[in-house]
Amino acid sequence: MPLLDVRDLSVVFRRDGTPFTAVDGVSFTVEPGQAVGLVGESGCGKSVTSLAIMGLLPRRGNKVGGEVLFDDADLLKLRPQELRDRRGRDIGMIFQDPLSSLNPVIPLGLQVAEVLERHQGKRRQEALREARKLLDAVGIPDPARRLKEFPHQLSGGMRQRALIAIALACKPRLLIADEPTTALDVTIQAQILTLLKELVEDSGTALIMITHDLGVVAGLCDTVNVLYAGKVVERAARHDLFGAPRHPYTHGLLQSVPRLDVDRGGRLHQIRGSVNDNIPWPEGCAFAPRCDRVNDACVGETVPLEPTFRGGALRCTNPVPQEVPV
Amino acid sequence: MNKLAEHKRQRIDELTARTAEGGGVSLFRDAGRRLLRNPTAIVGATIILLFLVIAIFAPLVAPHDPVQRFPELTKDLTVDTIPGPTAGHPFGSDPLGRDFMSRMIYGARQTMFVGVLATTIGLLLGVLLGGVAGAAGGWIDVVIMRFTDVMLALPSLLLAITLVALASQSTQWTVIMAVAIVNVPIFARLLRGSMLAQRESDHVLAARALGVKRRHIVTRHMLPNSLTAVIVQATLTFAVAILDAAALSFLGLGDPDINRAEWGLMLGVDGVRYFEVRPELAYFPALAIILVALGFTLLGEGMREALDPKNRR
Repeated sequence: MPLLDVRDLSVVFRRDGTPFTAVDGVSFTVEPGQAVGLVGESGCGKSVTSLAIMGLLPRRGNKVGGEVLFDDADLLKLRPQELRDRRGRDIGMIFQDPLSSLNPVIPLGLQVAEVLERHQGKRRQEALREARKLLDAVGIPDPARRLKEFPHQLSGGMRQRALIAIALACKPRLLIADEPTTALDVTIQAQILTLLKELVEDSGTALIMITHDLGVVAGLCDTVNVLYAGKVVERAARHDLFGAPRHPYTHGLLQSVPRLDVDRGGRLHQIRGSVNDNIPWPEGCAFAPRCDRVNDACVGETVPLEPTFRGGALRCTNPVPQEVPV
Repeated sequence: MNKLAEHKRQRIDELTARTAEGGGVSLFRDAGRRLLRNPTAIVGATIILLFLVIAIFAPLVAPHDPVQRFPELTKDLTVDTIPGPTAGHPFGSDPLGRDFMSRMIYGARQTMFVGVLATTIGLLLGVLLGGVAGAAGGWIDVVIMRFTDVMLALPSLLLAITLVALASQSTQWTVIMAVAIVNVPIFARLLRGSMLAQRESDHVLAARALGVKRRHIVTRHMLPNSLTAVIVQATLTFAVAILDAAALSFLGLGDPDINRAEWGLMLGVDGVRYFEVRPELAYFPALAIILVALGFTLLGEGMREALDPKNRR
């Protein structure tokens, strides 16, 4: 039984009267201990999906549909109080910018202790002792001293480690990481990813990794969901996706990544056009105007998401043949 | 060569010592440290401290009782002569034959008392209203903000006069309350604005993602981050409060007790009435008010700089 079962999740923003569908019927599952990637370019609905799962979208003006089953309870239907009890205890979350996600006027230790006090009913002193262990576990040197320091006194990597410590404090069964390494430079990024991988593997915590960086996914995720304009266009196990991407969008993305092992001289592949060229999903494939493999079947009606093999799925009428090397 | 190595070692020791002590400096302690290095704030704080000492130790500092009428002064008192400085009375007499210097000194007490209290009451009420508006949002926010709009629509002195007039009898407390209430909407709007900004901030979203209770999000995460502007405004309001209270006394709406030594009252009643006879009766209280107001304004300016997170290291 999956730990998290997202069924037909949709989010419609209503700004200035015109509805905008940010997430359009996304379904995926996360098994206990599994790492699932949500990949896509800016504006494809990755972050909105994660905020909708956590119930953190502003209530006013937004419509969230579908089901988010966690422990057989639909998170979307829980009362705010029940949802608050679960956040931070059953589901942890890490955000993109570690500095702005920490409260600038409170020492780090209290921020870690807060979640322990809230969910485990620990007393301040006990929570602080636990916080020290947590900071130590995420590799922050001299944790006793760091407990008393303020976020601005830490380096970017340490801040992100601290956020991970907070998110994992109550040993949640699911961790949602929303672009956790985007604000960090590459060396720190590698350290943080290694840390996440270790923690997830050691504790059996399931992970949803939201990123636009295919490299992050390649190193971390078991299953990858590729999102485009609010819909899943391809889902596959990591090796299948990187070995033989079927959707022209995934294929294009992978070809746009600079590689060390092929010719150095040529230009990088690019996907033509931009997200602005999309056609609405009901009128065909949103990616069609930018697609190299577009044909008549792409326009007219919604292209369905068809299951492939090994739990994968594909939303394309003319997929890339499997023999094509990447 | 040896010298260079020695120098290097010293420098490293210095640096490690500095990082070691850097741990655990709170925003307010850090701001306090920067405040002490800020010449503007130092000048302001010195002025205020001076007047505070005078106010607190008035009975020790003042040469005489401020309400006692002295025969050696009253005997020379006529409609157009008020005795000037003498050996026993360095500032001379007031129009009733009381020691002017002692009245000035006791005036510090009265005036500072009014300023501190009016500001504190205004601050507390404003923080309450603004905090509720910013934390609750929705219709509560709308109601509170329209209420403050109405108060802000009237010029502050006019509003204060109206409030004093509403009270059946003018006492020192009606003045304090009037000046306090006039400043409530300013504090409320200021706090509400920064609370709204805080509500949208990433760290509040992160706290919500951790399931932190609303009450704690407001009190631990939103409020402490929003207070900076309000604290600075309080120091500036101080000066305004003293001037407003003085203005009310000047207009004859203050405390009617003729024995009360308060700078605004001294300036407004005796100072104006006997300006041609003895202009010091107006100059000294006016100068004192300006000095205290200047002190608070300078301190406020220094605090604004010190509390600015951009100046933190």
